[in-house]
Amino acid sequence: MSGHSNRAISTALTPESIRQTITETDAGADDAVARYALGLGDDALVLAQRLGEWVTNAPELEEDVALANIGLDLLGHARSLLTYAGSAWGQSEDDLAYFRDEAQFTNRQLFEQPNGDFAQTIARQLIASAYFIGLYRELSASADPLLAGIAAKALKEVDYHLDHSEQWLLRLGHGTAESHRRMQRGLDAMWVFVDELFTDDAIPGDEDAAPLAGIAVAPSSLRAGFDALVPRLITQAGLTVPTAPSARGGGRQGSHTEYLGPILAEMQVLARAHPGASW
Amino acid sequence: MADPLRQLHAAHELDDDPDGSGQRRFDELIATDSRIEPSDWMPAAYRKTLVRQISQHANSEIIGMQPEGNWITRAPSLKRKAILMAKVQDEAGHGLYLYSAAQTLGTDRDTMFENLITGKAKYSSIFNYTTPTWADMGSIGWLVDGAAICNQVPLCRASYGPYGRAMVRICKEESFHQRQGFEILLELMRGTPAQQQMAQESVNRWYAPALMMFGPPDADSPNSQQSMAWKIKRFSNDELRQRFVDMLVPQAEILGVTLPDPDLKWNEERGHYDFGELDWAEFTEVLAGRGPANAIRVSRRRTAHENGEWVRAAARAYADKQSADGQSADRQTNQAPAHEWMAS
Repeated sequence: MSGHSNRAISTALTPESIRQTITETDAGADDAVARYALGLGDDALVLAQRLGEWVTNAPELEEDVALANIGLDLLGHARSLLTYAGSAWGQSEDDLAYFRDEAQFTNRQLFEQPNGDFAQTIARQLIASAYFIGLYRELSASADPLLAGIAAKALKEVDYHLDHSEQWLLRLGHGTAESHRRMQRGLDAMWVFVDELFTDDAIPGDEDAAPLAGIAVAPSSLRAGFDALVPRLITQAGLTVPTAPSARGGGRQGSHTEYLGPILAEMQVLARAHPGASW
Repeated sequence: MADPLRQLHAAHELDDDPDGSGQRRFDELIATDSRIEPSDWMPAAYRKTLVRQISQHANSEIIGMQPEGNWITRAPSLKRKAILMAKVQDEAGHGLYLYSAAQTLGTDRDTMFENLITGKAKYSSIFNYTTPTWADMGSIGWLVDGAAICNQVPLCRASYGPYGRAMVRICKEESFHQRQGFEILLELMRGTPAQQQMAQESVNRWYAPALMMFGPPDADSPNSQQSMAWKIKRFSNDELRQRFVDMLVPQAEILGVTLPDPDLKWNEERGHYDFGELDWAEFTEVLAGRGPANAIRVSRRRTAHENGEWVRAAARAYADKQSADGQSADRQTNQAPAHEWMAS
């Protein structure tokens, strides 16, 4: 990865430009970096898929637009990260998205949780966006120029996503008795997946994390930033920071809740019905 | 100018234009191809026609999100998924934008939306058809958005300013939408036999309904003449339909799809393609609510709206609390100088 030119940083913004950069410089990701990028890409892809489910179902048209927009940003991050990951193995973003099975997906479990009601979606997005902000801020200083470029672009977008969640958190928290109750319930349901986000679980097959020092961001290093921000936002919205026990996690190792299978079945059905086809 | 305008001088319109100066100014603006703006006097029937047309257009964008939204979670590549999500998002944006244009005529958005979800308002009948295959994403872009563009490009010059300006922006995005639809079909036609079959089967289903999007033949379209006199509409239904068919034939050749009309052939004398009779009985049936998905389309949006009531209620309650807080803060600020004055 050190073979990338500086130019790669400024062009590492879209899946197309990433593909081009990799081809031109003949410098795909090495295996460990690819597996790291794959995990981040799966997080973004699965959450984007969930947000896509809201389109035409949102509480008002403005939210159809906003949730689609957030989903679209995340899909962009996923496409960049999967394109980069696939460069290590001669696979395209679509090979990775459509032709892996559930146990091969390495997203953390928060991102596959159902939309629930609008409050649950906002709770999930609040946690996700706060996590992404810390992650992409650190990753934009990565020694890997492509990861740094993807992160720098993503950072601007997730900042806006957090703002959207924060605004709704306040409205639902302080709005009506019903919205307050639903928002608290949404937070309680999603909070059990918070710890997993900050677990330094090893990349499968790569128990020695040292090769990624300076390239990857250790999840545990992001916890303090999250804790300084999110509980304060929840309290400001008149809500209670949940204390429920954490779920077991293990998404990075391919362990998932029962929700991922149906997501993939739906997402992959057409592509798998026409293997080898181009769209 | 034209007699049809004079006929619309109903007594109640003269009430707000007693000396006829508003009407004279309106006629002059229309005659000189200038724009009518929200603050200008306008005949009540012109206003009513515009509200009906613009809100129907907004409703069509909003309902039109559904047949395509159907494939967002199943799009066969991530690039197509991204394009489709962006397109459906554009449509929601167009709906909002058009509601704003209609609001400048004095009808509020809640009323227009309420009319949509209670089934009172119309929207383009084409969206009552269903999208059983991925190729339908191509056909909707190529044929439905293509027909919409033929209809909408002249609307950029519509006499009512906010509508014309909204259409300029919308048409730019629509032309991108049509291109991506064409690309979807092109990719399918260059693909496997199963993909080619999928594309042809979809075009077979969408072709005639797309041609009927221009509305009934001119002879059966009573409102068209008035709209043309007002320069809201610039070309007749049949003129636009002909223009659309002439545009489609060469594009179909590039795609390699067959347009399902045995009577379609070039007419040297006319310099246009002749095409076969359309099934207007089907058009009337779908318009009357007996299409493949009429009830589903409206109920989907109504359900979303009803399920979201508690969210909107929370937003309203929050805004009320904020403005109450704001007012008390204002009162305190205002009181400060008063105290000073009293003290001095």
